[in-house]
Amino acid sequence: MFSFELLLDAVVIGVLLGCFYAAVSLGLSISFGLLDVPHVAHPAFLVLASYAVYFLNEHYGVDPLLAGLLITPLFFLFGLFAYRLYYETFERRGSDAGVRGIAFFFGIAFIIEVLIIMQFGVDQRSVTADYVGKAWRIGEMRIPFRLVVAFVVAAALTILLTLYLSRTFMGRAIRAVAQDQEALRLMGANPIRIKQWAFGIATAVLGIAGALLIIVAPVEPTLDRTYIGRTFCVVVMAGLGSMSGTLVAAIILGVAETVVLTLFGASWAPAISFAMLLGVLAVRPQGLFGRRS
Amino acid sequence: MKRNGMYFWGGAALFLAGALLMTQVIGNQYPFFACYVILQFIVLAVAWSILGGYAGYVNFGTSAFFGVGVYTAVFLFKATGVPLAVQIAAAAAVGALMGFALGLLTLRMQGIFFSIATIAATIIIETAITNWRYVGGASGIQLQRPAVMAPFDNYVEMLFFVQAVMVVLAVAISRYIQNSWIGRGLQALKDDELAAECTGVPTLRLKLTACVISGALMCAAGAPAAMYLQYADPASAFNLNYSVSALAMSLIGGTAHWAGPVIGAILLGVTQQLLTVTISSEVNVLVLGVMLVLFVVAAPEGIVGLIRKVRSKRNEGEG
Amino acid sequence: MKRRTLLGGTIAVAVLGLTTAAIGQQAPIKIGMSMAQTGGLAGGGKASLLGIEVWRDDVNARGGLLGRKVELVVYDDKSSASETPAIYSKLLDVDKVDILFAPYATVPTAPLMPLVKQRGMLLMGNFSFQVNSKVGHDMWFNNAPWGPADSWASSFLDLGQKAGGKTIALLAADQEFAQNLAKTAREVATKLGMQVVFDQAYPPSTVEFSGILRALKAAKPDIVYVASYPPDSAGILRAVNEIGIGDNVKLFGGGMVGLQFGTVMENLGSLLNGVVNYNTWLPEPQMYNDGTKAFFEAYTKRAVEAKVDPLGYYLAPYGYANGQMIEQAIKAVGSLDQKALAKYLREKTHKTIVGSITFAADGEWKETGVVQAQFRGIKDKNIEQFRSPGKQVILFPAKMKSGDLITPFEAARK
Repeated sequence: MFSFELLLDAVVIGVLLGCFYAAVSLGLSISFGLLDVPHVAHPAFLVLASYAVYFLNEHYGVDPLLAGLLITPLFFLFGLFAYRLYYETFERRGSDAGVRGIAFFFGIAFIIEVLIIMQFGVDQRSVTADYVGKAWRIGEMRIPFRLVVAFVVAAALTILLTLYLSRTFMGRAIRAVAQDQEALRLMGANPIRIKQWAFGIATAVLGIAGALLIIVAPVEPTLDRTYIGRTFCVVVMAGLGSMSGTLVAAIILGVAETVVLTLFGASWAPAISFAMLLGVLAVRPQGLFGRRS
Repeated sequence: MKRNGMYFWGGAALFLAGALLMTQVIGNQYPFFACYVILQFIVLAVAWSILGGYAGYVNFGTSAFFGVGVYTAVFLFKATGVPLAVQIAAAAAVGALMGFALGLLTLRMQGIFFSIATIAATIIIETAITNWRYVGGASGIQLQRPAVMAPFDNYVEMLFFVQAVMVVLAVAISRYIQNSWIGRGLQALKDDELAAECTGVPTLRLKLTACVISGALMCAAGAPAAMYLQYADPASAFNLNYSVSALAMSLIGGTAHWAGPVIGAILLGVTQQLLTVTISSEVNVLVLGVMLVLFVVAAPEGIVGLIRKVRSKRNEGEG
Repeated sequence: MKRRTLLGGTIAVAVLGLTTAAIGQQAPIKIGMSMAQTGGLAGGGKASLLGIEVWRDDVNARGGLLGRKVELVVYDDKSSASETPAIYSKLLDVDKVDILFAPYATVPTAPLMPLVKQRGMLLMGNFSFQVNSKVGHDMWFNNAPWGPADSWASSFLDLGQKAGGKTIALLAADQEFAQNLAKTAREVATKLGMQVVFDQAYPPSTVEFSGILRALKAAKPDIVYVASYPPDSAGILRAVNEIGIGDNVKLFGGGMVGLQFGTVMENLGSLLNGVVNYNTWLPEPQMYNDGTKAFFEAYTKRAVEAKVDPLGYYLAPYGYANGQMIEQAIKAVGSLDQKALAKYLREKTHKTIVGSITFAADGEWKETGVVQAQFRGIKDKNIEQFRSPGKQVILFPAKMKSGDLITPFEAARK
């Protein structure tokens, strides 16, 4: 059963799949990783974005990636609003939102699920585009275009976000707010505005990530539940708030999953990737590229 | 304090007597089916709250403990056919072991890291059970109930009473912890673990105790489900619903007092049972979502917190 | 014979009409069931329920049963096993329903079987798989065309063997239904002397199938038997299209759930071509019976409003047929006596819109009614094309056959 050719294939596909995981996790890496918001509704926002993309694609024939770009401003505003709501209910009242924050976002996630079901029904949906359903041949190897698109988008997003966070004033302010809110306040900046802005960006990124989600595989309204584990796994394994770390961690997971799926007992694949996460957490609780020691 | 205790045990005895009387008097089976589910959620919520409420360690893996409880019972029943009580005791023992392992995790992980670790552990355990052919694997397994024991004339009535006993047990333990040095220690640990450690609170021992008790209770609550359903499959036994419900019920009730999870579980459990047989559609999920959001926004300390607020206001008014 | 039943029917309707008018307020006959409205089985559950509702309206328009209106009492089981015992207890003890229908699929049905047996109630099954084999309830009638447990796999593998297949690859979801299919496929393969060269169970949360299909391709099987669920079926077919499956594959498909649902078929479009998959009903001329056409006209109209599968071939007609069988039984017996109804259902052959149904002793269909059909000439993004015959050519069973297998798979895809 084992062959190096298959292993190579699995690694390549795994890297691409990992990039996809990174793309859907980057937003969470900001909202949870940098802002400490326990955003368990992140995957629900993601699925919502996928349905928005589906709607544009189905009714107006808009290319899914373009549709993803088109909805980012809306999602940015949505993010600003969501953070405001979260801030008013939790952070303003006291420091410890913790478990109540989780419950709050679970509630939001359920509400989004039901709204999607009411609008679109329970059947799965997918999009059409030229790059869905074709593959790129390299010798014996075939690489689905869908995954290549995921790779390119994930790489672009990671680079853009890393640059944004390190080079621009606002980006640095976001990182500062993650480290020491009080210091920033003393310097005369309003940490709440900065966090709101950051949450907006984290949500805007979901517009494109949602497009990828529905390009890579069909979506259905309760898909978010599978992705809670996966996205948090990536972000925590990376170490909170590191964009490039998120990419690397996602790729590690993608490769591990695909190699097990392809070469060993397929049914053990989920156990392997989450066992890796546990291992990483046990050895390096701050994650692979953690900002805290 | 002492009078309080008398009230509590008196209430518990009344509750159990009432439950027993119900099984002897009521012929209609539906109340037992529905109440069994609610009682099961009370145990889960109370057990969750011992770790999540008192110690502040948010366990997302309630479904893992529940599922392991179910499958411990399935395995024992299939292999040896031992009676229900043994199944439950064995599940509690396995749950205590799992809780111990969980407690060791807290050595390295705090806050959300701990929660994520519990999700990861849940998925690993579910995968292992899915691949375990002896207990049915992914295809599930059907079980045949043995004959019922006196004084019950119906197995579900017996399960209902057993679950009622477990509720009393769980609540008594939770109440004891809250009022003893363990509870005060956990509270200190929740407020500031480092500071507690420095002032000589044996944090590791406390955390391990909380984890072991919480785990044992959750697994024990799951064990009778095998006989209740007479069927087990990994997807139902490890349903995310158990994790979310245990958390939601504790929060809605309030985690500061042992009565919080009980109130929350009754409120949410009854609502869910009612919705299932009334609205019975996706609106069901919507109600759960809206309730969660409303309660955490409007009643941050849960129902127990609301009651306290009302009481203190009244006291002010009187004084 | 036919005229007599027709005449009898007319008289019955007339008489019933009179009695309805006369008694008027008599309590309705309640049929109780749970049905997945949320969760993984909701897509199928909603379509199935709509089929039953169409029957309810038809029978009430004809004057009801025994002079009483028919009323459905339906609760949502959330696609889970843990909800159904309480729901059915409510149906029996509080709602006091007269007849029980089972929920859609095996998992929610399994916990009910002992309860229903203990209460001595008749239960009309709805697409569960071998759920009675351990319980042995003699008033269980599973209205699903599966037939004997191994007939599904053997019909598909027979086709493969006739096409010259000697080796087989099994790819199954690690979930209840798919695993049961895979198990029978293994047994049948051994019986037919085929060699299993690849046998994997993939986890239900799998996102990307390219890797696993690459490994399958490397095993160079002649026959690929896939037992998968809706989201995965689409993922698998996409990956097959992208990375190929090899020229030696003669037959691909078998047990893919989802390729019967309108929206899934519409989304996959031309990717479906060549796949041979199981079906329960198809718009081929041989499959129409008395009332089938009228049923689909009524169903289609209501499905669009209800946001339910607009084609509804898979489950909806069987929901309707469940109603028809109960209707015939009640009319023949003349009461709601469970034992008498069960006796009638067990002994007689029932004419329904999905064909004539006879039950075996274990409550499954005596003969399999599962058809294996090959997708041909499917275009992208067009759901209406599936309504015309010839798009899914029936290869099995012989009496329904509407064409021959095109093989190998790669050739059939063009």
